[in-house]
Amino acid sequence: MTIFEKSVKGRKGYSLPKEELHSEASFSGIPGHLLRKDPPELPECSEVDVVRHYTELSRKNYSVDNGFYPLGSCTMKYNPRLNEEIASLEGFSYLHPYQPVETIQGVLEVMYDLQNMLAEITGMDAFTLQPAAGAHGELTGMLIVKKYFELRGETQRKKVIVPDSAHGTNPASATMAGFEVVEIASNESGLVDLDNLRAALDDTIAAIMLTNPNTLGLFEKDILEISEMAHKNGTLLYYDGANLNAIMGHVRPGDMGFDIIHLNLHKTFSTPHGMGGPGSGPVGVKKHLEGLLPVPVVRLNNDGYYLDYDLPNTIGKVRSFYGNFRVILKAYAYIKMLGKDGLKLASEMAVLNANYLRVKLSKLIPPSYPGTCKHEFVLDGSKLLKEYGIKTLDLAKRLLDYGLHPPTVYFPLIVHEALMIEPTETESKDNLDKFAETIEKIVEEARKDPEILKNAPYTTPVRRLDETTASRKPILRWRREK
Amino acid sequence: MSRFPYIPHTESEINKMLEFIGVKNIGELFNDVPHVFDFELKLPDSTDEFSVMRELKTLAHENLNLNEVAVFRGAGIYYHYIPSVINALASRGEFLTAYTPYQPEVSQGTLQALFEFQTMISELTGLEVANSSMYDGATAVAEAALMAVRVNGRNKILIARSLHPEYRVVTKTYCHSQNIIVEEIEYSKDKGQVEPEHLKNRLDDDVSAVIIGYPNYFGIVEDLQKIKALLDEKTLLVVVANPIALSIFEAPGILGADIVVGEGQPLGNHPSLGGPGLGFFATREKYVRKMPGRIIGEAKDVDGKTGYVMVLQTREQHIRRKKATSNICSNHAHNAVIAAIYMSLMGKEGLKEVALRSYDKAHYLFSQLSNMEGVKPLFSGPFFHEFVVSVEGLTVGELNNELLKHKILGPMELEKDFPELGNSALFCTTEAVRNEDIEFLLGRLEEII
Repeated sequence: MTIFEKSVKGRKGYSLPKEELHSEASFSGIPGHLLRKDPPELPECSEVDVVRHYTELSRKNYSVDNGFYPLGSCTMKYNPRLNEEIASLEGFSYLHPYQPVETIQGVLEVMYDLQNMLAEITGMDAFTLQPAAGAHGELTGMLIVKKYFELRGETQRKKVIVPDSAHGTNPASATMAGFEVVEIASNESGLVDLDNLRAALDDTIAAIMLTNPNTLGLFEKDILEISEMAHKNGTLLYYDGANLNAIMGHVRPGDMGFDIIHLNLHKTFSTPHGMGGPGSGPVGVKKHLEGLLPVPVVRLNNDGYYLDYDLPNTIGKVRSFYGNFRVILKAYAYIKMLGKDGLKLASEMAVLNANYLRVKLSKLIPPSYPGTCKHEFVLDGSKLLKEYGIKTLDLAKRLLDYGLHPPTVYFPLIVHEALMIEPTETESKDNLDKFAETIEKIVEEARKDPEILKNAPYTTPVRRLDETTASRKPILRWRREK
Repeated sequence: MSRFPYIPHTESEINKMLEFIGVKNIGELFNDVPHVFDFELKLPDSTDEFSVMRELKTLAHENLNLNEVAVFRGAGIYYHYIPSVINALASRGEFLTAYTPYQPEVSQGTLQALFEFQTMISELTGLEVANSSMYDGATAVAEAALMAVRVNGRNKILIARSLHPEYRVVTKTYCHSQNIIVEEIEYSKDKGQVEPEHLKNRLDDDVSAVIIGYPNYFGIVEDLQKIKALLDEKTLLVVVANPIALSIFEAPGILGADIVVGEGQPLGNHPSLGGPGLGFFATREKYVRKMPGRIIGEAKDVDGKTGYVMVLQTREQHIRRKKATSNICSNHAHNAVIAAIYMSLMGKEGLKEVALRSYDKAHYLFSQLSNMEGVKPLFSGPFFHEFVVSVEGLTVGELNNELLKHKILGPMELEKDFPELGNSALFCTTEAVRNEDIEFLLGRLEEII
């Protein structure tokens, strides 16, 4: 039942100060046609109605707080409660973006320190915290690439190379920045094919967008060669930070030769995903690109911290104000808690968990590529399809009945019936064992009675939903039945 | 024993796992990383929760928090009262720690809350469809410009100079990358709103969209009907609205707007230094496939039960990749749910009452200031809860420094962004400003000016 159907005319859920109006709020100066005739149909509910409604809704959600959430490429690690308490402090949440800089020194210190800590973790020289999400960071990075070549007068560099295993946001972000996308195929090991890359590289290529480890969870071992090829060609190398969780303290994108990177604070740095945002997508650059960052940048001088708008070659701004500050705070607290030893250990345990689960599950469903993975791996479900007529989707839906969130399915696109699993470091061995046992049980069900899987789930608030009809005849808002 | 609260592994578990994988140590799992990368992070050592909390509480205290002062500054981020229910519900882990609803059967909470949010935004804006949020007001405006170009294939955007300066800059950044021309349209020096005659002269067959604030940056309610009447059939009218104001001012959709966007922060979201808030985005049904962002729709399950799913995903980056309508992926879903909770709690009466009180206080303050020596109203257009005055005798910066000594966060200084307005100030009031705060402000202004 929607909140609109729970509405009862005349109920209210709020209280405001009992203050006299000064003028009975006369609208004498306002043309009649600019005054609202029909009030918006917002619900009328008491406070308890609202609390019960949204509590009920929350109970229909699976979340990290509920259990294992092995979505590949999403890094659904545990989100510390400490961070929430910090972000709720009034000295952080009740701040106006335009209040004098002297009155937000505490905030600017956090931002300045985080910029520096991220630079150290990634081996870059300068950071902006402005982008609101990972894909927004990608766009920012691509705008920097564009501006860089505009300034150099190399306007023929209109193309960006993206491997076929890349996140869908990579080509979309490059296109949004006005580039043409050149997709290159991976080799049989799931890595960038150096010959394909060499063939695609000419003086029209502005940038190469890479993830390392890539979306198959494999480390691009030829990265130094790739980087050399790119730079020799005058091309910039862009790092998609979605998979940074695998390598913190082990290898830095800056040292691998990347010129620009974005991070996902809501992945690696354990800020909650909030059902799909707000995230935060800081962008780091090497020295030669520092002047192109969006304004303002937080700096420190003898008078204290300040917001520097004086970047002559800035790309401008990619959003209002300074970024998703409360998310930035949570990442700061997280890095402080873990420190250098903890960040390194986090990556190690993420990689240990992924490999442990990979070996366990490989006996049931073959991996798409052999060998050690980093923080995630991809299984190839086509064997189940061939043998039992079971699609990866069916297996995913059956997992829901066992109270587990399924892995990412059907991504990356280059693997048939893909099942992409990222356990993260915050899961214990017991949880991984339980997950593997459940998969084993489901594969056994598939063998004995595949219909069980095809009709799953059975225990969720709603069962398999007809997404095709929902898109063909979209109903995008609630309406009262006449 | 494990040393870190967020990492559960014990030494013996690690050993068992390594053995199971068939490697001797963790290092072997990183054998594919070339050894040239050996280094050590220069970061502080790990610490404990008590110490981190103490450090951050100290840093929080170094900031002036808005609850300690009387707030007369808006300019895009507004100090409204946030009922306790909002935090209590929004901080539930099932909302906070869920991801994008890729598995709708176990994400009905997210999906239904966003579906209800879309309904509320449709109601406020007077348009048929809304998406489930953008990053912020500025990016919503920028994406509206890109969408207009997708709809009519024209290549020029006219943007009101009376729109929020940051929204203009962001729109220019986005449009520059796609070689879309952005030109500003001037405001009338008397009324502070777009002059229809000015606009008329700027319109031609290249104009894809006209972007107008409602109310604009100066707090003035633009006459959308007059503006719409000037546009040809193809040119889109994009309106950037304050959602609270829409409970007393006519819905832009009714007055001819094709896209309505804005910053949703006033709907129960903390000011938080300007982020995260949320952008809202609504349009006409016929343009729904051109709209950026995630959209939630109603669906039936195999038993005929009503549920909700993400719809029209074929527009999005994970399917269309380089041909997607936008690259937006994580939007601001949590903030949108907060806005939905706020609107559910306030209801149509509450939202209107918030708007009326904000309006009433601003108009009272305006009339008192109009009679004050050294203060002069700049514009005569109808306004909502913000207005501009010029100040004589001292700069607005100096005035604000004085006011701050009395725990008043004074008006926004306009000279930096609008040098043509000289030494002028943008005052704002909301329902969270008490009548006694206004009298206190007036008293201090008498002394200072």
